Amino acid sequence: MAEMKTAAYICKGCELGVRLDAAALVKAATKDGKMNLVREHDFLCSADGVALINNDIANEGVTHVALCACSRRAKTEAFNFPTVAISRGNLREGVIWIRPDSDEARETTQEMAEDYVRMACAEVKAMKVPEGNPNTGTSKTLLVVGGGMSGMTAALEGAKTGYKVVLVEKTGALGGMAAKLWKRIPNREPFKAPMDNGVADLVAQIDADANIKVYLNAVVAKTAGAPGRFKVDIAVESGPTVTEDIGAIIQATGFTTYDMAKLPNLGAGQANVVDQLGLEALARAANGGPIKRADGKEVKSVVFVQCAGQRDATKTHLEYCSGHCCATSVKQAMYFKDANPDVDTVVLYTDLRMPGNNEDFYRAAQNKGVIFSKGAVANVSASGDGCTVKFKDLILNEETSADADLVVLATGMVPTTGPDLDQLNEANRAAEGGDAAAKEQVIQMMSKSVLNLDYRQGPDVPQFKHGFNDSHFICFPYETRRTAIYAAGPVRRPMDIAQAQEDATGAAMKAIQAMENAGLGRAAHPRSGDLSFPTARLEGCTQCKRCTVECPFGAIDEDEKRFPLFNESRCRRCGTCMGACPVRVISFENYSVNTVGAQIKAVDIPDEFSEKPRVLILACENDAYPALDMAGMNRNAYDPFVRVIPVRCLGSVNTIWITDALNSGYDGVMLMGCKHGEQYQCHFVKGSELGRYRMSKIYDTLKGMNLEEDRLMDLEVAITDIETLPKKINDYAARIVEMGPSPFKGL
Amino acid sequence: MSDMNQQMTARYKNNFLKEIEQQAEMGEWVKMCMQCGVCSGSCPTNFHPGWQHPPQEIFMLIRAGKRDEVLDSPSMWMCTSCYNCYVRCPRKLPITHIMHGIAEYAYRMGRAPKGQPTLHLSKTFWNNCTKTGRTNEVQLTQTLYFKDGIVSGIKKALAMQDVAIGLVKAGRLNIMEALGGGHKCKGAKGIHAMLAKARELENQRKGRAA
Repeated sequence: MAEMKTAAYICKGCELGVRLDAAALVKAATKDGKMNLVREHDFLCSADGVALINNDIANEGVTHVALCACSRRAKTEAFNFPTVAISRGNLREGVIWIRPDSDEARETTQEMAEDYVRMACAEVKAMKVPEGNPNTGTSKTLLVVGGGMSGMTAALEGAKTGYKVVLVEKTGALGGMAAKLWKRIPNREPFKAPMDNGVADLVAQIDADANIKVYLNAVVAKTAGAPGRFKVDIAVESGPTVTEDIGAIIQATGFTTYDMAKLPNLGAGQANVVDQLGLEALARAANGGPIKRADGKEVKSVVFVQCAGQRDATKTHLEYCSGHCCATSVKQAMYFKDANPDVDTVVLYTDLRMPGNNEDFYRAAQNKGVIFSKGAVANVSASGDGCTVKFKDLILNEETSADADLVVLATGMVPTTGPDLDQLNEANRAAEGGDAAAKEQVIQMMSKSVLNLDYRQGPDVPQFKHGFNDSHFICFPYETRRTAIYAAGPVRRPMDIAQAQEDATGAAMKAIQAMENAGLGRAAHPRSGDLSFPTARLEGCTQCKRCTVECPFGAIDEDEKRFPLFNESRCRRCGTCMGACPVRVISFENYSVNTVGAQIKAVDIPDEFSEKPRVLILACENDAYPALDMAGMNRNAYDPFVRVIPVRCLGSVNTIWITDALNSGYDGVMLMGCKHGEQYQCHFVKGSELGRYRMSKIYDTLKGMNLEEDRLMDLEVAITDIETLPKKINDYAARIVEMGPSPFKGL
Repeated sequence: MSDMNQQMTARYKNNFLKEIEQQAEMGEWVKMCMQCGVCSGSCPTNFHPGWQHPPQEIFMLIRAGKRDEVLDSPSMWMCTSCYNCYVRCPRKLPITHIMHGIAEYAYRMGRAPKGQPTLHLSKTFWNNCTKTGRTNEVQLTQTLYFKDGIVSGIKKALAMQDVAIGLVKAGRLNIMEALGGGHKCKGAKGIHAMLAKARELENQRKGRAA
């Protein structure tokens, strides 16, 4: 790159020129910011303003631009200069919109604005233009693991969009669980009768599609590489192992039913008790005629037991609801009623859950005469030629029973995921210590692996609750913690066919996006399009492995010398590695320990007698920073003594920033990050959790510095905290005033 | 046990739901209840001790085949026809009408509670208005006043005398009705024939012996 030439632009639009002293801002940029070129403009985001900047870049050789105008989240289309490094001083949402327009507020508002100008100048000087790595993968083939309803749908959607698809199915035929169904729950108007399961149609479409290559009786033996350049070994039973070049992966391995044998009190092992899948087999055998039991007797009365081994508060069985079973029982009761309306069909439920249009389906079953009783089943016993179901009627509040020729148990879904990585790591550690049983356990667990990733972090995508693959439930449901590997269908949460197909379509689109991004050296969500990537100064590395262990996306392996080996296209650019590094050798071109450190140092710290404290806020750019911006849009005022620096994730916060800030005279530091734990909201899944864990260790440092614990404040912020956030900031600022100035001022 | 009761018990054996569906007015709606309980929560008489089973429970009892418990229950007779449940039912069940249908069926079966005031009023009203084809208001009032004996009847009549005199003066009450005079339908015989035919048709439709 050519020699660095810096320029700062001060915008006077949106009342900035009225509320602030622009000349003083220019002075701050020139004198403190030491910018080579400083210009002010009445309306910077106008065509004229943008042309001014473009002209400076083209003719003045400007390489680094500090735009002091509105928030970095605003006017991104106008302020798009891909060839230069850009920082943004947030004078609008961050200053004039959160301060009252009054004479007494004028001085502190101006100080705030000048600090943000200095910070923008300091930041941009520490930045480089991200070049992007063109040498990432180029494969645009989609691998779908699992040939059930989700997998087939994902494959077809991918192929229809024009991508090559490789479909790997463990068994000898496509169709998965859906192929075992006599009919499916209806997914279209009028939602009144079971429909054809639709498998044959999908299989025919796949057979006819030249873009889809199907491997039957095959498993994924090894997945190496990174998004856009996966090398996947596909082991075909009694055949050669084939290696395919793959761009992105969809795991649609589905589910198995919960083992009925674990439910002896509900009649497991009795001849006339089946699970829902067992009934589908009987219905297929009946082929539309009267359904007969295994012993050949025509069923005249049937009882469906819902939540059999599900929603179990004792945690002996499944703790969760599988979502589809209520509608499935309704469907199966209709099998009986449609063949013979005189068959007694009773559904015993505690809560009937009929999401979406299934409510119409439920009503149709009631119309057909299926009886629904709210009752908790105690046990199922053989009696005479059939069964007796003992249950408590929850409406009439009495113990009662029902006799039936056949009992059907709704046993629920168990996801077909690989081994739990935490357990595997534990077993691995024990095995390395020479424990023979642990060695056996590792082999056993690895045999369950679905993807066999050769990632340092383990062979499969991490799991979250109850063995389902992790997924960002609210914002990015198909994302796993491994970039360009997507989970679709019941492998990520319990669902029915309609939901699984929707899921598969979404995952296919995300996978295509990920492959395309990988080919361009760009990040996948949530920093979609980001060209920066982390690099490490290996000569400073102490091989502590924190980055490799903490990376939420398994992007960092270790090379043969045990140094971190970054796989850029696996990286989501959250910066957790950077926050973790104790020797601070990891950085991005445009985001580093220096870019933030320089901003912290650029803030003017008034002396202890001025009664103007300074509070540093490190705010997560995904939730907290937008919340602050929106607080500005709503003119929700907050304290003028805070200085906000957006960070990519709380996980990227390096403790050096906090100790530096406190050492240089800041009176307090506030961290704003997303919720973590079971109900996490972090866009980088583990980032805020890891960041907070790191921060919990800093209190010892504070004690060593003889500082109060309250000098550091950790706040959980959601994007909706527009009203409450300013109040929390003010409360903290008041607490800081109460504590008095930091003893480090002026040192 | 009435004949009809024995007849129906024999016909439907254990399927009381089917019996209600086919025999009681609006009974075909019972199976559509989804047991949300909004009807019970909406019922203003829910706080009355006579309200043994709220509608939701009545429907559940029917599905559970508890014939005696339903038919002998005073609950349906407690309905004030306020239509709260009817309006609020998310499944759009005409609950008020179902209550009346079940009550009427219980009466036909000879199972309605003895001395039930609602039943007494209904019966009195029915007999009164079908006799001549028009309601004889004085006789209707008399019957209701003297339901609990002569002393109580006279007390009630005296308490209301101002109202009665007002009505007479305004020409809204004809004292002659007390003697069986007053206004009546010209073709009472025709009315009786119509009612008999309706009964016959109903019995035919519901498969009941005459």
